[in-house]
Amino acid sequence: MTLLTPRDEQDASSIILDAAAKGTLLSLSGNGTKAAMGRPNQTDASISSAALSGVTLYEPAELVISARSGTPVSEVVRTLAEKGQELPFEPMDYRPLLGSRGEPTIGAVAAMNISGPRRIMAGAARDSLIGVRFVNGRGEAIKSGGRVMKNVTGLDLVKLMSGSWGTLGFLTEVTFKVLPKPERMSTLLMRGLDDRAAIEALSQALGSPFDITGAAHLPSPDRQGARTLIRLEGFRLSVDYRLNELRRLLPGFEAADILEGRGADALWQSVRDAAVLSGNGERAIWRVSTAPTRGPDLAAHVARAIDAQWFYDWGGGLVWISTSVNGDAGASAIRSATLAFGGHATLVRAPAEIRAQVDVFEPQADPVMALTRGIKASFDPAGILNPGRMYAGL
Amino acid sequence: MSIAFPKPDEAVLARRAEIVAGLQRLVAPEALIVTEDERRAFETDGLTAYRQMPLAVVLPSSTQEVSAIMRFCHQNGVKVVPRGAGTSLCGGAIPQADAIVLGVSKMNRVLDVNFANRTAHVEAGITNLGISQAVSYEGFFYAPDPSSQLACTIAGNIAMNSGGAHCLKYGVTTNNLLGVTLVLLDGTVVQLGGDHLDSGGYDLLGLICGSEGQLGIVTEAVVRILRAAEGARPALFGFERVEDAGACVAAIIGAGIIPVALEYMDKPAIQICEAFAHAGYPLDVEAMLIVEVEGSDQEIDDMLRRIVAIAEPFRPKTLKVSQSEAESTAIWKGRKSAFGATGRVADYICMDGTIPTGQLPYVLKRIDEIVKSYGLGVANVFHAGDGNLHPLVMFNTNVPGEMEKAEKAGEDILRLCVEVGGCLTGEHGVGIEKRDLMTCQFNEADLAQQMRVRGVFDPGWLLNPAKVFPLDGRLAA
Repeated sequence: MTLLTPRDEQDASSIILDAAAKGTLLSLSGNGTKAAMGRPNQTDASISSAALSGVTLYEPAELVISARSGTPVSEVVRTLAEKGQELPFEPMDYRPLLGSRGEPTIGAVAAMNISGPRRIMAGAARDSLIGVRFVNGRGEAIKSGGRVMKNVTGLDLVKLMSGSWGTLGFLTEVTFKVLPKPERMSTLLMRGLDDRAAIEALSQALGSPFDITGAAHLPSPDRQGARTLIRLEGFRLSVDYRLNELRRLLPGFEAADILEGRGADALWQSVRDAAVLSGNGERAIWRVSTAPTRGPDLAAHVARAIDAQWFYDWGGGLVWISTSVNGDAGASAIRSATLAFGGHATLVRAPAEIRAQVDVFEPQADPVMALTRGIKASFDPAGILNPGRMYAGL
Repeated sequence: MSIAFPKPDEAVLARRAEIVAGLQRLVAPEALIVTEDERRAFETDGLTAYRQMPLAVVLPSSTQEVSAIMRFCHQNGVKVVPRGAGTSLCGGAIPQADAIVLGVSKMNRVLDVNFANRTAHVEAGITNLGISQAVSYEGFFYAPDPSSQLACTIAGNIAMNSGGAHCLKYGVTTNNLLGVTLVLLDGTVVQLGGDHLDSGGYDLLGLICGSEGQLGIVTEAVVRILRAAEGARPALFGFERVEDAGACVAAIIGAGIIPVALEYMDKPAIQICEAFAHAGYPLDVEAMLIVEVEGSDQEIDDMLRRIVAIAEPFRPKTLKVSQSEAESTAIWKGRKSAFGATGRVADYICMDGTIPTGQLPYVLKRIDEIVKSYGLGVANVFHAGDGNLHPLVMFNTNVPGEMEKAEKAGEDILRLCVEVGGCLTGEHGVGIEKRDLMTCQFNEADLAQQMRVRGVFDPGWLLNPAKVFPLDGRLAA
């Protein structure tokens, strides 16, 4: 298959204009580290942002960074770290889960709205994404948003681009709001809680005035190995004070351990990347967003129907579930759970033949699907950009 | 009066009696306003220089009623202008002669509060402050706090993606909205989002937020509520030079501190507010910063100590760290009264551009030159952390031509904001006020893409159609 790597926005524009005229179906990618996600689709050529690289603007005092879409996430992270700053939403790295190699790009972080544990406090990638430039399916270069964090000028197409998985446009440049890196990170670790008790404690912590930046629960088959994590970040004095307050506030947490340093970093990284479940590459992985207190109900509902393992992030509101790849890889059990308890589920990892058979993204109500199709057509009337990657026929 | 309205549809005007009769069948008599006297209360909003009498005003009580009204208007080709509390500063809720106003103010109940999940489910006509009041007994609040929060509705906040003084830490409406019930043009009711985070498909919730009532009517919302900080305290700094105030802001952020509020006032704003509020503001400085931090007493002390040390090299002429609740209230009273206090000394229009904060000294100098060139005065208040400017261009309505001059000066200021890398509006919205300036910020392709998205929801331009997009160059259905 032809791989097209435009060198600039104009180049991307002419490639897509030409493809639209000929009806050439295009796969959109960065460096392909997440090629095994979404619905498998049949396309004629591939357009990659790999040659669109580099930070184009960084103003630490204005908390803003812009980069071409193919810039490696690692380069953005390094550039920010030099000035003591970071991406607030702690983007997940999908490589451990998918077993892929190469450099994930910042464009994919925007296009797939990729966030991590800090999402509960600092918002998702879509909340920090303040500006985009992209080429739509008509070959037109379009901008939305900009480089200032307060901007309500016109329709917010930035939000549509974020989470549309390249089905609406080929991103060429993205601009994010950034935040200072905290001076200190500290984690309270409590052992032995069952799911419900853990989520209750996390809810209580998140309902405290202490700005919790991570709240996860990692169950274990024997419960004794279960771990409940509450993360605080900030200036040293503040973190110390808040740790003490939380230990007093949460029943049973007086004796909770405090984790810091490399061990704690690695633990949160494994939560962020769902590495807790990725061990067995044979199993399918689902990512389910729901209301935090319903997380345990949802997991129990799934576990009654199928063989499943799971853990919680976002205070219980993000349930990562691993299932057997047999049959529908748990799709019907999980979809019936989101129907019963609210929320949405995405099949993050599964063999291509399963991703072709079951809904990878949460099915939408008919009128919402009609709007979705209308929006797709308004950006990409010929349907050439990542056709079928999210929904069949879209 | 330089902003034009589209020519009313004569055929619709001629059918007024029939349209009113149709609406009468859908809602209770007290929910339909038809007499001229009563309609007059709805002819304008916060942009009072412009007014238009609507065909009728309808104030439904339920999503079902909104749905029935929308279906009727869609079938009969009647335009609909949605309205919350009518506090828009950009004319977002100003009617049109051939449109009905659909107000959601009667739908103001709290439907459910869940403290464990930190969500409040409300009807869209509830006021912004009403949400905070409904959850304050557990120490919670709803974060975005536009200065009209006592009156403005969450429906209007969603339409405009409203901000406030505390967005540097807490974000704006779109960052605090989890779900909406939306009535589409043809009366179809859809749920977008819910009480969970993020979207399973396209982020339609993010699109609706800030769409200025052009895509549908929001009748219910699920918003994120937060536990309030243990305490908050401001410090006030006065500087002899604008540059020093700007550099001080940069240094605070550069040191890794994100204050919960970071407000800037220039000399005219300080003087006007001090004369009104007696807040103890320094009258001998060119620029003033209010920096507020949150936390426990010891956290606040620690943070303010750091901030004072950071400000030191910029030689603040005034430095006042609040020592008590009363002092904090006084410091904020001045800033919060800026609009009202300015209204006592002059008529004014409030602009709302955003700039990259590094451009502050240049932009303030240029604003001064622009306004002087029209023979007018200006007071500047400014959310310094996020670059959102509020120049208040002052004029006298009784002097013929002055309002037009103020509007022209305002336009020049907004063009300047775009030129330096910012935007036309940071939190008030485009409405009719900035509609004709959209081409400064967006090119034809950008605007066409936005209009095509708009067209998915409203191909015939029936929903709030006089707003946001310049009247020339609109895409037909």
